[in-house]
Amino acid sequence: MNFSKTNFTRRTWLMATVLASIVATTPLAMAETPADTLVQGYALDEIITMDPAEAFELSTAEISANIYDLLVRFDVSDTSKVQGDLAQSWTISDDGLVYTFKLKPGLTFASGNPVTAEDVAWSFERVIKLDKAPAFILGQFGITGDNVTEKARAEGPDTFVFTVDRPYAPSFVLNCLASSSSAVVDKKLVLDHAIPAVPSTDYKWDSDFGNDWLKTHSAGSGVFKLREWRANEAVVIDRNEGYHGSKAKLARVVYRHMKESAAQRLSLEAGDIDVARNLEPNDLEAMAKSELVDLVEAPKGTVFYIGLNQKNQRLAAPEVRQAFKYLVDYDAIGKTLIKGIGRVHQTFLPAGVLGELSDTPFKLDVAKAKALLEKAGLKDGFSVTMDVRNTQPVTGIAESIQQTAAAAGITIEIVPGDDKQTLTKYRARNHDIYIGQWGQDYFDPNSNAQAFASNTDNSDRSKNSTLAWRNAWHVLELTAKTDAALMETDSAKRRAMYEDIQRTVLETSPFVLLFQQIEVAGVRKNVRGLKLGPSFDTNFVGNVTKD
Amino acid sequence: MMLQASDISTSRQTMSRAGTRTLAILAQFARFLLVAMTTYFGLLAVTFFIGRIIPVDPVLAVLGDRAPAAVVERTRREMGLDLPLIEQFYIYIKGVLQGDFGRSVLTTNPVMEDLRRFFPATLELATLGTLIGSCVGIPLGVLAAVKRGSWTDQVVRIFGLVGYSVPIFWMGLLLLVLFYVKLQWVGYPGRIDVAYEYSFTPITGLLLLDSALQGEWTVFSSVVHHIVLPALLLGYFSLAYISRMTRSFMLNELSQEYIVSARAKGLSEARVVWCHALRNAAVPLVTVIALSYASLLEGSVLTETVFSWPGIGLYITNSLQNADMNAVLGGTVLIGSVFIALNLIADLLYRMLDPRTRVQ
Repeated sequence: MNFSKTNFTRRTWLMATVLASIVATTPLAMAETPADTLVQGYALDEIITMDPAEAFELSTAEISANIYDLLVRFDVSDTSKVQGDLAQSWTISDDGLVYTFKLKPGLTFASGNPVTAEDVAWSFERVIKLDKAPAFILGQFGITGDNVTEKARAEGPDTFVFTVDRPYAPSFVLNCLASSSSAVVDKKLVLDHAIPAVPSTDYKWDSDFGNDWLKTHSAGSGVFKLREWRANEAVVIDRNEGYHGSKAKLARVVYRHMKESAAQRLSLEAGDIDVARNLEPNDLEAMAKSELVDLVEAPKGTVFYIGLNQKNQRLAAPEVRQAFKYLVDYDAIGKTLIKGIGRVHQTFLPAGVLGELSDTPFKLDVAKAKALLEKAGLKDGFSVTMDVRNTQPVTGIAESIQQTAAAAGITIEIVPGDDKQTLTKYRARNHDIYIGQWGQDYFDPNSNAQAFASNTDNSDRSKNSTLAWRNAWHVLELTAKTDAALMETDSAKRRAMYEDIQRTVLETSPFVLLFQQIEVAGVRKNVRGLKLGPSFDTNFVGNVTKD
Repeated sequence: MMLQASDISTSRQTMSRAGTRTLAILAQFARFLLVAMTTYFGLLAVTFFIGRIIPVDPVLAVLGDRAPAAVVERTRREMGLDLPLIEQFYIYIKGVLQGDFGRSVLTTNPVMEDLRRFFPATLELATLGTLIGSCVGIPLGVLAAVKRGSWTDQVVRIFGLVGYSVPIFWMGLLLLVLFYVKLQWVGYPGRIDVAYEYSFTPITGLLLLDSALQGEWTVFSSVVHHIVLPALLLGYFSLAYISRMTRSFMLNELSQEYIVSARAKGLSEARVVWCHALRNAAVPLVTVIALSYASLLEGSVLTETVFSWPGIGLYITNSLQNADMNAVLGGTVLIGSVFIALNLIADLLYRMLDPRTRVQ
């Protein structure tokens, strides 16, 4: 009895020791990522597909840019210009309708198939025919499922001809062709995986153009190729060994889904990730002092704003709109809530875009706001609601505005909600005040000009869903100006037109522009060459190396 | 003749007795099936209608904010959202009966496939957590009951109270700072090191089991490093509950008369406590442990968030926030099944532990 007891204890000890030694053998070696792999902590939960004809999320645009090539791409050093990517050169016909692109010779896809003008034409065709969220970027040039094979066609193996319906500003057309939905896919490879579809009134075609397969695979000619995407877990891209330009320095990049800033910071400090992409101000501040980490930043094309619904009689008064612009403590918000992740910006075109304007005429001025309210007959103030998403810095900014508005007698009731919930309400125009963010659909001033300054049909059943419409701001004259700027072929004149539109919006609109987002990444010091571009589809990882 | 007749009647009686028993078992099984079916139907109906009533547009989850109006309209039709609610529910139920839970919008995978991938992560963590919670919690609870009112009792109570009341995400972060950042004893984030994540092929999805089965001991070690902290944390959390309940059950048993007689018989105190009292306290304890296991199996969202653990709680929460109702419904059915299964197991354990429940 006694013997077996000691035996038992001894065995328990033995097992415990073995377990403990397994646990303790590799504690130091593990806090390091593989030498040929870059691991980025990144909130990836927005990704719903990897197909460039369907994806319209910022993170997908970034990954797509590293997998796929385009005809033309932004010049990262001057984003008001584009340069050839697959295209060696291009010409525009005198009437401004026909764009002819000459492809670089000897290009191949990651699969080994040659890149031909036919691939380009088919890529455009599938974007239009699939008609997913980003299809309108090409669709706005008068291209439909019925005419796409004619409007975007190959003339020989290396000549691609693109015909638009009106003489748009060439910069506008080229900027749109540089957006990630115009990515060129490997026709042969994708067709091998296409699934037959049953034509219906909604979908007239007999194939899914490989959409189902491309959701989780890639067929590009870019620096990397997609190895796998596991929703809410990770995106992994591998070096394309057959890339036509200078090859990627690292064999693999892992974008690992990590939602929390604190979690990203911890892993970054421990070295389990090389780059943290979603650090919040307090974690950024700590990282700025760290000896292990550098901060890399770039202003991005997203602006934050509040929209005042003009269906609300009180908010519709011009003086009230004006008053709200004086009731935001821009300085305090800039110094605390958005420190490091944004800078105060009061016009709708983000810095870096053609026609940008850096005027900041408004600052917190309660007395002036009170005077304006009195002029509108609202001396005693009033109450409104504000729909606010449950995320920082939006919540903090909403609370700040709630306080400063209260000083002028306006009582703001904050209605918190999830992203999709507040957005549903906003899109149905059921809000009073909405605080939100707006990123450009494509890198051209027209994108934001349309959003903020165009609304021709203010009815509830209107087909458009621009921000002006969402806030019931009916602006025929401004819409005409926006349309005119789109057709201006002279870039200098086009620039001046956007400046003019922005001044009008600044003065009269129901939008209080707050700040422009700055993207900051925490990067381990042994990582070299990581640069953030002015847009998410210019965050390239091909040149990154690790010591 | 007489003899023969009585023989026949006896055998008839035996037969009919056996028949009644089979019938009773069948009836019981049928009752169970009926209850299970109603539970599932209720679960699906309630979740489905709540999902359709919440003020979130499911099309938004599919297309994002930027899609043109025409595309939004078309997608709404494709998703069947323009049909009457009852018809939508009918179509959904029809699919479910054929084993088709639809596709998740967020991951684009069939919901069943997603659940198969995310549930093992939670199962592994919850099982370890419950094991730790029971193995430590029960002895602690017994100790506290035996030494009632002493400082041991107080220490155990405070220890439990802390586990029960400190926010788990806060404690998780603190532990991470200590054991992961400073001491580098544990792994993070996720279930396994990045180095192995794309080279190791799981079989069951339970990584500890898989790596052990394949003899990949370096992978096993990596998995242990990753799971140890969240498992301890969940273990602590369930320990707090289990030890408190054990204490009160034990106090109840220790005041019974059979304990007095056991002591009067001259049995050792250890035998009285561990074999007599605990054995009787075990019956209600089974329910407590099963419930705490079930609640961990639902997926502890906060722990999973803090540890970037790709489990079922995070999956359902994410889906819910994005109005991805197929995924939410699939997850709800899974959790319903977990509860039903654990109830069954608890029932079986009752029968093993308490002979009285075996009497018809």
